[in-house]
Amino acid sequence: MIAFILRRLAVAVPTLLLLIVFSFILMHMAPGGPFTAERALPPQVIANLEAQYGLNDPLWLQIWHYLYNIVVHFDFGPSFVYPDRSVNQLIAAGFPVTLTYGILSFVSAIVLGVSLGVVAAIWHNSWVDYIAVGISIGAQVLPNFVMAPLLVLVLTLWYRLLPGGGWSFSDPSFWIMPVIALATSYMASIARITRSSMLEVLGSNHIRTARAKGMPEYRVIIRHALKPAMLPVISYLGPVFVSMITGSVVIDMYFSTGGIGKAFVDSALNRDYAVMMGVTILVGALTILFNLIVDVLYAWIDPKIRY
Amino acid sequence: MVIDEQKMKSLSTKLVQDEVRGRSPWADARKRFIRNKGAMLGLIILVLVSIFAIIGGYFAVWSNEELDFSVMGQVAQMGQPSFANGHYFGTDNLGRDLFARVVQGTQISLMVGVVGAGIAVIVGTLYGATAGYVGGRTDQIMMRTVDILMSIPYMFVLILLLVMFGRSMSMLFLGIGLISWLDMSRIVRGQTLSLKNREFIEAARATGVPAWKIIIRHIVPNLLGVVAVYATLLVPLMILTESFISFLGLGVQEPLTSWGALISEGAGTMNYGTLWQLAFPLFFFVITLFGFFFVGDGLRDALDPKER
Amino acid sequence: MTKLFTTTALLAALALPAYAVQPADGETLADSQTYTYWLLDAIKTLDPAKNTDVEGSDALRSLFEGLMNEDAKGEMVPGVAESYEVSDDQLVYTFKLRDAKWSNGEPVTAGDFAYAWQRVVKPETASEYAWYMELMNVKNATEIVAGDMPAEELGVKAIDDKTLEVTLTKPTPYFVSTLSHASTFPVPRAVVEEFGDNWTQPDHLVGNGAFTLASHNLGVELVMNKNPEYWDADNVLMETVRAVTVNDNNVALTRYQAGELDRVQIPAGQYPRLSEQSPEEAVSVPYGCSYAYVMNLSDKGPEALKDVRVRQAMALGLNREVIVDQVLQGGQKPAYSWTHWAINGFTPPEGGMADMSMEDRIAKAKELLAEAGYGPENPVKVSLQYNTDDSHRLLAIAAQQFWRPLGIEVELNNVEWKVHTDRLQSQDFDVARYAWCADYNEPSTFLDWFRTDGYNSGKWSNAEYDELLAEAATAEDPAPLYQQAEEILAEEMPAIFVYHYAKVEMINPDIKGLPRENLLNTWYAKDLYRVAD
Repeated sequence: MIAFILRRLAVAVPTLLLLIVFSFILMHMAPGGPFTAERALPPQVIANLEAQYGLNDPLWLQIWHYLYNIVVHFDFGPSFVYPDRSVNQLIAAGFPVTLTYGILSFVSAIVLGVSLGVVAAIWHNSWVDYIAVGISIGAQVLPNFVMAPLLVLVLTLWYRLLPGGGWSFSDPSFWIMPVIALATSYMASIARITRSSMLEVLGSNHIRTARAKGMPEYRVIIRHALKPAMLPVISYLGPVFVSMITGSVVIDMYFSTGGIGKAFVDSALNRDYAVMMGVTILVGALTILFNLIVDVLYAWIDPKIRY
Repeated sequence: MVIDEQKMKSLSTKLVQDEVRGRSPWADARKRFIRNKGAMLGLIILVLVSIFAIIGGYFAVWSNEELDFSVMGQVAQMGQPSFANGHYFGTDNLGRDLFARVVQGTQISLMVGVVGAGIAVIVGTLYGATAGYVGGRTDQIMMRTVDILMSIPYMFVLILLLVMFGRSMSMLFLGIGLISWLDMSRIVRGQTLSLKNREFIEAARATGVPAWKIIIRHIVPNLLGVVAVYATLLVPLMILTESFISFLGLGVQEPLTSWGALISEGAGTMNYGTLWQLAFPLFFFVITLFGFFFVGDGLRDALDPKER
Repeated sequence: MTKLFTTTALLAALALPAYAVQPADGETLADSQTYTYWLLDAIKTLDPAKNTDVEGSDALRSLFEGLMNEDAKGEMVPGVAESYEVSDDQLVYTFKLRDAKWSNGEPVTAGDFAYAWQRVVKPETASEYAWYMELMNVKNATEIVAGDMPAEELGVKAIDDKTLEVTLTKPTPYFVSTLSHASTFPVPRAVVEEFGDNWTQPDHLVGNGAFTLASHNLGVELVMNKNPEYWDADNVLMETVRAVTVNDNNVALTRYQAGELDRVQIPAGQYPRLSEQSPEEAVSVPYGCSYAYVMNLSDKGPEALKDVRVRQAMALGLNREVIVDQVLQGGQKPAYSWTHWAINGFTPPEGGMADMSMEDRIAKAKELLAEAGYGPENPVKVSLQYNTDDSHRLLAIAAQQFWRPLGIEVELNNVEWKVHTDRLQSQDFDVARYAWCADYNEPSTFLDWFRTDGYNSGKWSNAEYDELLAEAATAEDPAPLYQQAEEILAEEMPAIFVYHYAKVEMINPDIKGLPRENLLNTWYAKDLYRVAD
């Protein structure tokens, strides 16, 4: 197992390197630069700016400097668009926010999704099942850019229950709407997957045996059915976490949370090279980490799998 | 939104076994599919939506870009859905006919979904089949590459691509298609591995048929079941991705539109008394995704029946 | 240049009483003096030398104070400068500073201003607004920006702690009105040098404005509290100012209606409904920007547009009244001149298409197109480029529909902002939407754009026009010259002027003191107060 983890981590390095070089080149090929402004700047000012940020070096040298600073100083450079801040500061400010509502959404999606799926499977083909399936499909296809403004309209304007946006690490009332908007569709997919895999497990021989032995139904489900039924859910979790981080742009836009999702889209549109690279690397590293965790979990639940 | 990989694996195993037993999985599957009410409902919905997309335009009184000056400027009062002035679905904020726009948006969204899924399936199948068939070092390298590519945050790359090459239909197809061939290639490779040593393949190899011909003539046709199911489930994912891209303002160019663009416009104005602008596109979007999910699930269950 | 201010006397001393905020009769102050306004996007920087956008300037005017401030009508009133004198040749301005303090208790000195101004032009600062010092005609600014001279050579000198002397390259009548701009604000040298790029963070920032920075959470909000060290703190009623970022205008409006914001922009087309529902809240005032479709007349531009008849026809065929009254619907005005109608000292030219009926215009347009050899059978084909934004999109779609029946086929080309700007500046477009906002309240701020050496993205060039503007710069009464320049524009039509902006907002009626007659919408949080309902 340890060898497996080490091997995966070894692959991570070239992966990130590839990602960095690819995004770097792509970004620099895009038309316009960080200092393209409505009032065309005098060439001298542009020259000053480019010299300041080292943008007049050849591309390979820029990539080299960039990598060198990351590896040696853990410095992702200054932001071009937010001159008061470095990329490290921007990520340090935005990432904890994204991570907080991301993890909360992740956990609620799993807990609610699995419960809904299990309940639907147990009472298969009853009205409980139909409602659960209905909810989960409906929730799965409702885009969160519809859900988010709807939540603000209903919960903030009509019922005055929650603040319409903003962020605080100490006040959970700011967390609720982001979590609902982000978690719902994933909750729904998890419910669907859980339901179908639970149905499969419940129909399998070892469950029949357990029932035949006269074991109470709740014990059958908790001790024998749940664990194997979780396998497909787990393989689904890695991608879920990553798309939650990507999808957080909608959350940041509608709820003024100040996370890194919006920062990424903005940096791509503003040609803020350094921020864009920083966030891409961060999300790339997270993706690798999460895929690894999922694989480890998978192996732990299903000992048949050997790496 | 991701496709349940576990089930896809189970399906591919099943199909290979059937193949071994020399029985076509398709005949039984059709019966089972027809008996599945959800799947049939989904199929009917999809057929209806496709008909709507194809011939809806003939019923439109207005084109998708004309401005109705009698409505313009007072859309909330005059732009409601009405048969009298030919705006069956009402108008958008500029006074353009929403019916015509939904018809046209449906065409684009379905096309993006189908073409995107098509690209993903073709690339994934060929890649996976090649890796599995050739095997050895090539297989190792190809599958490691897939592992590496899996760790790339695709939505980011897609945004970068659209920013860099400008917004165009072909870029959208390509970008969306390229996102999702990786899972496909893994599943196909697995199935190819088990097909590879079957007699008819070995026979072909012995008679000197070149590798690429074996892959295309003999391996790929035997993967059809998996491919069909996967493609059906991929289409709604493509449509969802497109809607997100449209929401970011990187989708198709005006006056063309798509469900994503229409929904995001409608969502912006939902509190201004023009709810129909959200309701109609959202309705078509939702039922179509339902349809694809039901058909995809139904197809899979039909090909890989389990005791329930 | 024009004489905006009657400072022709040898020594024009200015010593107005400070402008004090007072609730009017019958108004009771609310217990909590807070003002929360909306920001579409995060404020990029709070460094006066590096700020480039309007939102940043709004915040900077609360955190810092320059030599001059503006009153509710946009007239200059003293800020840190108590009075100033101008030399005979109009080249040397001497400012007498009052006893003002930084928020850390240190005195604000003339040296702080000199340091700040030098910092703006220094190549190492790489300020995107270095050109502003050139616009002000401060001596040696151009050479320093180019790196040919050390920053110390800039024409700004601290005679003593309370006396600042500024030397200009040429008489600049609008010079004083540039002094309320954020780029000219003083910065605390010691703090800037100690913290470097980080000096604008909440726990470091030291300012001389009426407010201090309490927190700045990017993409969430910026909070400022009253500064007790401010020289006029006794007259400041507002205690807390919050700028909240909401990236979606519609959601921002929802939050305004929920009482979370005191001021928000009204999305395109919603003004009539809102002003009917809440007439005291929906406000539309003229705003000094003009919107146009610029045509590419350079070598890279399309052949058809080089024919002035085609350009005229396009201008004639664009139904601005419909755009303004039925699309934007927020009190904007149709534009037939580049200069905004409300700019001081501007009279639009008489006659022209403004006085024609739409039917006449269309008939004329068809005639011109036919003469040029175009028509519905042989349409002019051009692309119209606009950057991603809801109202640009709506306008472009409408324009396409107006032009189609005439025989002008326009392909819409929506690109994101950076691409749009890049293409504009490299003449890689046919027709592109553009907007220009006044830097100061005088027609040349608009008209200079079309000078041969101006920004002029379409590369239109007209010697007579250039001459007129050069003449206007020193004329006693430039108004007729500006009018003639506009006539040339109307004749040559290097761009189609579409509409003149209005600022369309919902403003909480409890908030008093926001200026409604300031064309550049310059407002100061220190002038605001909140009344109880």
